[in-house]
Amino acid sequence: MTRSRTLREQEGRAGLTLIAPTLVITLVVVVLPLLWAIMLAFQDVRLINIRSAGLFGRFTLENFAYVMSEPGFWTALVNTLVYTVAGTALSIAIGLVAALALRARFRGRTLVRASILVPYVAPVVAVAFLWETMLNPQYGIVNTWLDQPIAFLTQAKGTLLGIEVPVALLTVIAFEAWRYFPFAFLFILARLQALPADLEEAAVVDGATPTQRFRYVILPQLWRIIALLAVLRFVFTFTKFDDVYLLTGGGAGTEVVSVRVYNFLTARDDIGASAAQALVLALVLVVFLVVYLRFFGGGERAEQG
Amino acid sequence: MPNRDRVERGLLRVLKPLVIALFVLFTAAPFVYMVMLSVRDIQELILDPGSIWPDRLTLDTYVNVLTRQGFLTFMRNSAIVAVASVAATLLISIPGAYAVARLGFFGRRQVHFLFLAVYLFPAIVLAIPLFVLFTMLGLRGSLGGLILVYIAQTVPVTVYMLRNYFETVPRSVEEAAAIDGCSRLSTIWRVVLPLSKPALMATGLYAFMIAWNEFLFALLFLVERRESWTVSLGLSQLAGSIEIPTTVLMAGSVILTLPIVFLFFAGERLLTEGLTAGAEKG
Repeated sequence: MTRSRTLREQEGRAGLTLIAPTLVITLVVVVLPLLWAIMLAFQDVRLINIRSAGLFGRFTLENFAYVMSEPGFWTALVNTLVYTVAGTALSIAIGLVAALALRARFRGRTLVRASILVPYVAPVVAVAFLWETMLNPQYGIVNTWLDQPIAFLTQAKGTLLGIEVPVALLTVIAFEAWRYFPFAFLFILARLQALPADLEEAAVVDGATPTQRFRYVILPQLWRIIALLAVLRFVFTFTKFDDVYLLTGGGAGTEVVSVRVYNFLTARDDIGASAAQALVLALVLVVFLVVYLRFFGGGERAEQG
Repeated sequence: MPNRDRVERGLLRVLKPLVIALFVLFTAAPFVYMVMLSVRDIQELILDPGSIWPDRLTLDTYVNVLTRQGFLTFMRNSAIVAVASVAATLLISIPGAYAVARLGFFGRRQVHFLFLAVYLFPAIVLAIPLFVLFTMLGLRGSLGGLILVYIAQTVPVTVYMLRNYFETVPRSVEEAAAIDGCSRLSTIWRVVLPLSKPALMATGLYAFMIAWNEFLFALLFLVERRESWTVSLGLSQLAGSIEIPTTVLMAGSVILTLPIVFLFFAGERLLTEGLTAGAEKG
């Protein structure tokens, strides 16, 4: 080694050294555990026999067969899907309305904006407890406004205008929309404020009404951010555990797959089945994402090209 | 059609304040109610659940929740976890972000993909192996293990946030420092960091909020050791018990919520700009 290193090589070395801590921690705490989770899903492991099972135990598909034939799994998957689609769509729609309402300056806008962000910023445990208290059938304030108290979070089915509706599931979806619309609001508002003014001015000159301007000038420029938000919210909600677990514990027809994963892990102490279930959930999510990107990602390219 | 235009404009003029008022009502009112419930006696709530203003103010609920229910300990735990997460996250992500922003190294482009994957990765899948691993290592019940998980979850995002900011620092300033004899590390320390204060604050705030609000991992790792509970975990565990009055727990909710809301609005501009920066590019 007589040749001294070139500047480029030095830079590469320095770069790797500086990024190393980041890579090590993601590798050790995220990537390796993930690989281990996949292996656990193919083994018959419980906390009691984990040491004897070791890293490479006997591999089997039993966990998957068991998990999918257990009562409640498919219902939970359907619940997850309904909860995710409805929660995503509602939070984006409400966020869009909020962003449009707060687009122009007015006195007190900063305060209104702050108020809108609070549900998203506040800790999930605190807001879930707040909702539980407000919706409580005995002393909840919401029920004092109703003729007949409704057990929003513990009642699986009820009738609204003669139609049977899943009460608890709808309540959980409403919570989801309320808590996450500020997320969509932030992104859409940022995009709205970056839109060039001249397009809209031209539309005004052409005599376009406010709804026409929204439909033909503003909305087309927002599709990309809305599509991105749809992916983000779908991914986050599909595997979300906290909200449903804290509100209903998965009872009253609101059981989603992530809550089942938790129950299998802790209450049943069945690590293999829990991991298998989590993997199925992740796989379904990936399938949905691929389908979505095929449809929308492809469409966008066609429009541009 | 000028007529339609006039009708729509008139309608909007009426509807808009109404919609804004509704948004404020639905977002702020629950939190006002939270505070109102936290300063009254449970008897009052049971007798008159519809009232919003308390008849008699009391702060006993706060004394109760802090001392008898152990929220002082929980707050100490949460503070330890949050502060340690912030410090470690910054320590790890500053050099990482600098490397991604400035230095060409092998695998630089792939790093982004890894970070995006971690950001989108479901926590519930990760929870299983980490739960098993921490059980085997006897790390369950220790705050250290929890901090480690929080760091791993925030670092990819904070590297991304910081990188965006570091790229706006002019190269010429750094080169001037290098000519003056600064090594790479001292360039980061003396030139890049002082110029990046807003981004550093936003990053710290983000890490703090994740650590303070997080629930799933705290539940999995700490639930069996009450003296290690964080505020979030403590409130969720006590919320199920019948003996503790709801108003006392509401005081706990206020204690859990207030620091985060306060911090967020102290640094809000920094944080939302950092998070939505990518969106504005379209």
